[in-house]
Amino acid sequence: MYAQMVKSEATNDDPEKLAAFQARIDAGEKIEPKDWMPEGYRKTLVRQIGQHAHSEIVGQLPEGNWITRAPTLERKAILLAKVQDEAGHGLYLYCAAETLGVSRDDLTEALLSGKMKYSSIFNYPTLTWADMGAVGWLVDGAAIMNQVPLQRTSFGPYARAMVRICKEESFHQRQGYDIMMKMAFGTPAQKAMAQDALNRFWYPSLMMFGPSDKDSVHSAQSMAWRIKMNTNDELRQKFVDQTVPQAEYLGLTIPDPAVVWNAEKGGYDYSEPDWTEFFEVIKGNGPCNAERIAARQKAWDDGAWVRDGLMAHARKRAGAQVAAE
Amino acid sequence: MSQEWPLWEIFIRGQHGLNHRHVGSLHAPDAGMAIKHARDVYTRRNEGVSIWVVPSAAITASSPSDKGPLFEPANSKVYRHPTFFDIPEDVGKM
Repeated sequence: MYAQMVKSEATNDDPEKLAAFQARIDAGEKIEPKDWMPEGYRKTLVRQIGQHAHSEIVGQLPEGNWITRAPTLERKAILLAKVQDEAGHGLYLYCAAETLGVSRDDLTEALLSGKMKYSSIFNYPTLTWADMGAVGWLVDGAAIMNQVPLQRTSFGPYARAMVRICKEESFHQRQGYDIMMKMAFGTPAQKAMAQDALNRFWYPSLMMFGPSDKDSVHSAQSMAWRIKMNTNDELRQKFVDQTVPQAEYLGLTIPDPAVVWNAEKGGYDYSEPDWTEFFEVIKGNGPCNAERIAARQKAWDDGAWVRDGLMAHARKRAGAQVAAE
Repeated sequence: MSQEWPLWEIFIRGQHGLNHRHVGSLHAPDAGMAIKHARDVYTRRNEGVSIWVVPSAAITASSPSDKGPLFEPANSKVYRHPTFFDIPEDVGKM
């Protein structure tokens, strides 16, 4: 998902306190920043919320790529609004992470140094305008699968950030599908572009949910803490079941001949993505990893004088005010 | 000499006649910029008619361990709620 393979931290706390903490979570209570929490819970959340925030921020890049080349002024305004939302989502999430005692600069530096990750999906290039459709439809669609249940996660600030995000996310998916409809019902060349975008984004979208449950070693503790609400395979199955009929409506073909309805399990069968590719992308060897981090690094470096200048101005004005009083 | 912008807590009045409500926080160099950022981050879809910004450092919060002494006294005073009193139906609406 936007936070893939987040490792649950071991915790070495007083067993009595741990039991009381778990009882609060089991009772559906929200944990707030000033409440006692196990060190492992805090660290796991910083990593997960941080990774989620980084994904929103880096996620602006593949779409930002098309803002200047959107086919109409209306499409351009819509895409601009969507990318601005992603920036907002990143900010909500950074603030939630900061309530756990990390600073914004620490998080930014961890992203730039590669110490913290972002979702593998944003390391794939957006080659044509149809990719804007596929990203909204598939990538945001996959994100929603994970984010809707996270509105009920145990950490209050994270849950509240997810509520805000989910309100806006549905616009993202629908604008994507709207682009796909336009392309799929357009000229044969447009339809071919739509099919090509689906072909390229299908497996990377399935990878967003993380490795198969049988290989996912981090789930149990996070699920007990209600930081992770569903297993990777559960969400992936849900995504496939939702998406296949939507592709059929468009007259597009899922690029996997194994996709067939399985009446027995009440869902579609499908092929696993290439997990070797997934691990390579996570390690930094995807098609766009270097480009994405370079763009973030450049934005950080180029913005330094603005951040410092505004701070200096604020200090000077505050000083003048004190002197006048 | 880089320094992180301070943190501000953001309160938005959603509609005329309602209280300002805490919606989240953000970083800004000063109060004026905090309002501009709050506009962009928290009111992209007509969520507000008024914004308050408060330096996070200026907020004093009650401690979670004081929850008992602070709020439990209210539990034993059920007579503060109107439903504590039975009024006969014959009296009518009260």
